[in-house]
Amino acid sequence: MAIMYGSDEWAKALCAECNKSQAYKDAAKNWEGDLYFMVEPREPWLEGYAMYFDLWHGECREACVVAEESDRSPKYRIWAPYSVWKQIMEKKLDGVQAMMTGKLTMQGEMAQVMKMPRATTELTNCSLLIDTEFPE
Amino acid sequence: MWFFIAPEVVYGEDAVSRLSQLEAKSAFIVTDTNAVKLGFVDKVKEQLSKAGIESSVFDEVEPDPSLETVNKGSSQMTKSGPDLIVAVGGGSVMDAAKGMWVEYAGPGMRAEETNPFTSGLGLQKKARLVCVTTTSGTGAEATWGIVLTDKPDQKKGSFGSRETMPDIAIVDPQFAAEMPPGLTAQTGMDVLTHSVEGFTSSWKNDISDGLCIRAIQLVFQYLPRAYKDGKDMEAREKMANAACIAGMGFINSMCAMAHACGHSLGGVFHTPHGRAVGLFLPYTIEFISDACEEYWAEIAYAIRLDVPKGKKAGPVLAEAIRGLSRTIKEPLSIKETGIPSDSFNNSMEKLVDNAFADFQLVTTARVPDTQETQKFFRYAYEGKSIDF
Repeated sequence: MAIMYGSDEWAKALCAECNKSQAYKDAAKNWEGDLYFMVEPREPWLEGYAMYFDLWHGECREACVVAEESDRSPKYRIWAPYSVWKQIMEKKLDGVQAMMTGKLTMQGEMAQVMKMPRATTELTNCSLLIDTEFPE
Repeated sequence: MWFFIAPEVVYGEDAVSRLSQLEAKSAFIVTDTNAVKLGFVDKVKEQLSKAGIESSVFDEVEPDPSLETVNKGSSQMTKSGPDLIVAVGGGSVMDAAKGMWVEYAGPGMRAEETNPFTSGLGLQKKARLVCVTTTSGTGAEATWGIVLTDKPDQKKGSFGSRETMPDIAIVDPQFAAEMPPGLTAQTGMDVLTHSVEGFTSSWKNDISDGLCIRAIQLVFQYLPRAYKDGKDMEAREKMANAACIAGMGFINSMCAMAHACGHSLGGVFHTPHGRAVGLFLPYTIEFISDACEEYWAEIAYAIRLDVPKGKKAGPVLAEAIRGLSRTIKEPLSIKETGIPSDSFNNSMEKLVDNAFADFQLVTTARVPDTQETQKFFRYAYEGKSIDF
């Protein structure tokens, strides 16, 4: 059964896919840092403030939807309108291209992200493995 | 939404005289000892003096310039206080000059901290950058990329943002005419790799496509001539143009796996950049063959390459590129570059790690995993066509 994008269940499903993926493990083996994925502007169907992922050396240690911004203090925050997230999820838009054109905004140490570009690609690939229901 | 960025391009015979038309108080020339020895720097100074521009020279840029060299040059630049920076040399010199420009414009800013998302550098408030290319390869005169080497870490890093694009690119074929055949061959393969990868990367676009395909045609037509006879000025001019065109093409669409692996090999074994990326190009085409069949066919059509019925264009194009490499006496395998097998095997983990850390790997139409990347390097070492 499809899982609603942006839900706590979806965040945990992505976490599980990352932990199953050898390609993600390899690509993100040096990655250290947790992050918020946020939909801006806010959509009425959103469960909470952001999806939170604790990614550490190729492993997803925790994933959930947080109710408030102050629930965690992640190293990275990435936000974009829902339409942009959907395009990335459907592989119609490259995440890095989205950042370069300002469609997707990231707060955090960008140089670190640029050193591990494949980790971003593999994370997206993991999300494609989830049977996702996109809110209309 | 996407961007296409390019400098003012001044090309053809006597293009260097554009310097005599510039307005500036003082210029800081970034170069290497070879360009000084060949008299290129004197030619540039002569043009600047016609415009009443005083100049000082930093000639310590080495091949595969280090972060330390950039720091040293930017310190001297700060003391000199120019409002014009003129890079005179090949890719190493031009990349080092871009790095110095960043550090000069923003005290505390490091060249290696720039990335495609960096903005607000305000470079032109301090100085404009003019790149006078003396080779026909990297196209660095028309790109914002900055490749610098972290020597202790044996790693080449790609830096720069759209703001590190030079203001003016001067493409005067008289300088490239001095290149010996070996350097002509290496740099020519760099042009071909930029244009083929720029035409087939996952960021390819209509605007860069036209540039890349034209550059491919020019390389196949004129590189063997420029290699055979360095004084063939028509071939020299066409190759100089091709390098600049390919630079503008790929920097707006990115490169792919041949560059990721080439940077990696160069970082560990100091293989010259053009040789390294050119060596990996046919293997890359074979690896991503099916993902880009339509594009290989377009390239084959553009260069009038006959693709026999029942055969795919990718492998045929890969063989044509190997044929070109043979003509200009470039190595077809890593082994042929003289790297011993034990050194190569001992460095495998580093080679794969470096390739994975290179941004160009993710714009490859087929992104390899760890095992595939190792296998790819091994096949390229042995000179074996990719079959996986």
